[in-house]
Amino acid sequence: MKNKVLMQGNEACVEGAIKAGMRFFAGYPITPSTEIAERSAVRLPQVGGKFIQMEDEIASMAAIIGASAVGTKTMTATSGPGFSLKQENIGYACITEIPCVIVDVQRSGPSTGLPTSPSQGDVMQARWGTHGDHSIIAISPSSVSECYNLIIRAFNLAEKYRTPVIFLMDEIVGHLREGIEIDDEQEVEIIERKMKVRPDVLHLPYHVNEGEDVPRFHLTGYDIRYNITGLVHAEDGFPSNSNEVAHNLVTRLMKKIENNVDDIVEFEQKYCDDAETVIVCYGGTARSVMSAVEELRAKGEKVGYFRPITVWPFPEKQLKALSSKVKNIVVAEHNYGQILLEVQRIVKDCKIGFVGKVDGTVITPAEIIKAVEEVK
Amino acid sequence: MASELILKYMREEHLPHIWCPGCGHGILMRDVAQAVKNLGIDQEKVCLVSGIGCASRAAGYMDFQTMHTTHGRAIAFATGVKMARPDLEVIVIAGDGDCAAIGGNHLIHAARRNIGITVIVFNNDIYGMTGGQYSPTTPTGELGTTAPYGNIDRPFDIAILAAGAGASYVAKGTAYHAQQTIKLIENGIKHKGFSLIDCAGVCPTYYGRKNKKGGAVDMMKYQRDNTITVEQAAKMTREEKAGKLILGKIAENDFPEFSSEYQKIIDRVRKEER
Repeated sequence: MKNKVLMQGNEACVEGAIKAGMRFFAGYPITPSTEIAERSAVRLPQVGGKFIQMEDEIASMAAIIGASAVGTKTMTATSGPGFSLKQENIGYACITEIPCVIVDVQRSGPSTGLPTSPSQGDVMQARWGTHGDHSIIAISPSSVSECYNLIIRAFNLAEKYRTPVIFLMDEIVGHLREGIEIDDEQEVEIIERKMKVRPDVLHLPYHVNEGEDVPRFHLTGYDIRYNITGLVHAEDGFPSNSNEVAHNLVTRLMKKIENNVDDIVEFEQKYCDDAETVIVCYGGTARSVMSAVEELRAKGEKVGYFRPITVWPFPEKQLKALSSKVKNIVVAEHNYGQILLEVQRIVKDCKIGFVGKVDGTVITPAEIIKAVEEVK
Repeated sequence: MASELILKYMREEHLPHIWCPGCGHGILMRDVAQAVKNLGIDQEKVCLVSGIGCASRAAGYMDFQTMHTTHGRAIAFATGVKMARPDLEVIVIAGDGDCAAIGGNHLIHAARRNIGITVIVFNNDIYGMTGGQYSPTTPTGELGTTAPYGNIDRPFDIAILAAGAGASYVAKGTAYHAQQTIKLIENGIKHKGFSLIDCAGVCPTYYGRKNKKGGAVDMMKYQRDNTITVEQAAKMTREEKAGKLILGKIAENDFPEFSSEYQKIIDRVRKEER
């Protein structure tokens, strides 16, 4: 049945997660993500799933990894300070390759900052927040319907690549209310974890088949007794001090994402065919950008926008190609300049402008238009 | 020749363990294996979760479903495992620093919730893996590498802490009293709610040497000669109990178990929906 409903981004994200198969949520109250925990608490038992409010953010992260390790699709949600607290265990999920989704509804920081104000200050933390070399996937929705649809993709990518996926929302999108259409019967692609089938490698939890980048699952709690450890481990899952094993493991963790960027990367670009200036934006900020671009187009200005939907891995190839056709690039983001660094690294032949903000107010279309005019 | 117990419940290819000669952890790990054997639980149905530290290495040696997680967080990971798979027998092996310092919050809240996991503390009163720093159970006045002039912290009694926080089964064992400790671990595993068995270990390498407690044998003799039962302790003054180890059941209650209570919510909500 098709339902047109008015919904908040935070709520849509829970509905999408349930559609994707989330059956366990562990969380801790924090503004501006709390509605995600509240709705999960209502919805999960209705579908036979479970919700738990843990004693802290660290415990929530641990609990979702524990539940995922024994075969359940899991999610937690938090905001800035809580995201910082979860980092160590996110690294554990990276090295043990246990799928899970972490929603971070970004707010102004650092520290307690402006708890109810929007920000996109966690972009680099999403990439490098946990210690050590690792790969990550981070997805940034710009609308309520994207909160629904993209969280399904977040679960799918988590399962496919056996990795934590960061769902990088912001206060703007989290608390935004929009009408969205949810079709209960609509077929959506749901990816389940790939199980081991070769009997000769059943005892090797981290064995990777030739031609694949990710080890297949054989779940803890069934017939073979595995060890999972945050220590560097060989394909048998047991700790190893071998430098070669360490090299191979960390390299594979990096490559399983790098080698598959074409499958993972998602972006949107609009009005770019004849554009002289392109605005790079993501998440909630993209809404002001869309408005600014339409205003400029109405005045006959050749302006378009480029919106990474997967912020990590960044759509590097696509931005590079676009940059060869335009004169100017303006980065609009709700921070002091984080994706700006990525754009400066990728784009060599354009003039690069920037509009950012750290005062807790939304970047307005007028401020974006001003930045576009300044870069010309 | 390894015993039948070791062949069945240990991953022989990953032995010998990394623990120092004379460490009490080997005895306590054997006690856990013996308890599982005595209860006749399928190895596949046991999920052993540990954190970081000497004790946590037991997860790699024991032939169950094993998860060696992050420092202090084993109980939180185990909570997720139990919620997702209530049919599994979830056991946590933790050290004193691991479960009472960095993991203290998870310990008290899991006890409060009364989630059906069994925590077995390998309590050697010291951080062994990092070389002998004082822990939350190091007695006042004792030495550690970070208490070179004597520890001025007051120690936790982990068992009393857990009982106070609402754990429904709590007991104290020792490395020396293997038979009694095995029975207490068995009772803890059998118990439906949150169980904790605080087992006094011995660390001759760091704690013993630093505090002139003699060698491993001397430390085991100390346990033999200075352990009193819960019943004896009840009749003694605080002064009389000083320096004594306590053996036996501290608390047992029939509180509702968390994962079963949650299942009741699911059943109720789904029934109302229909």
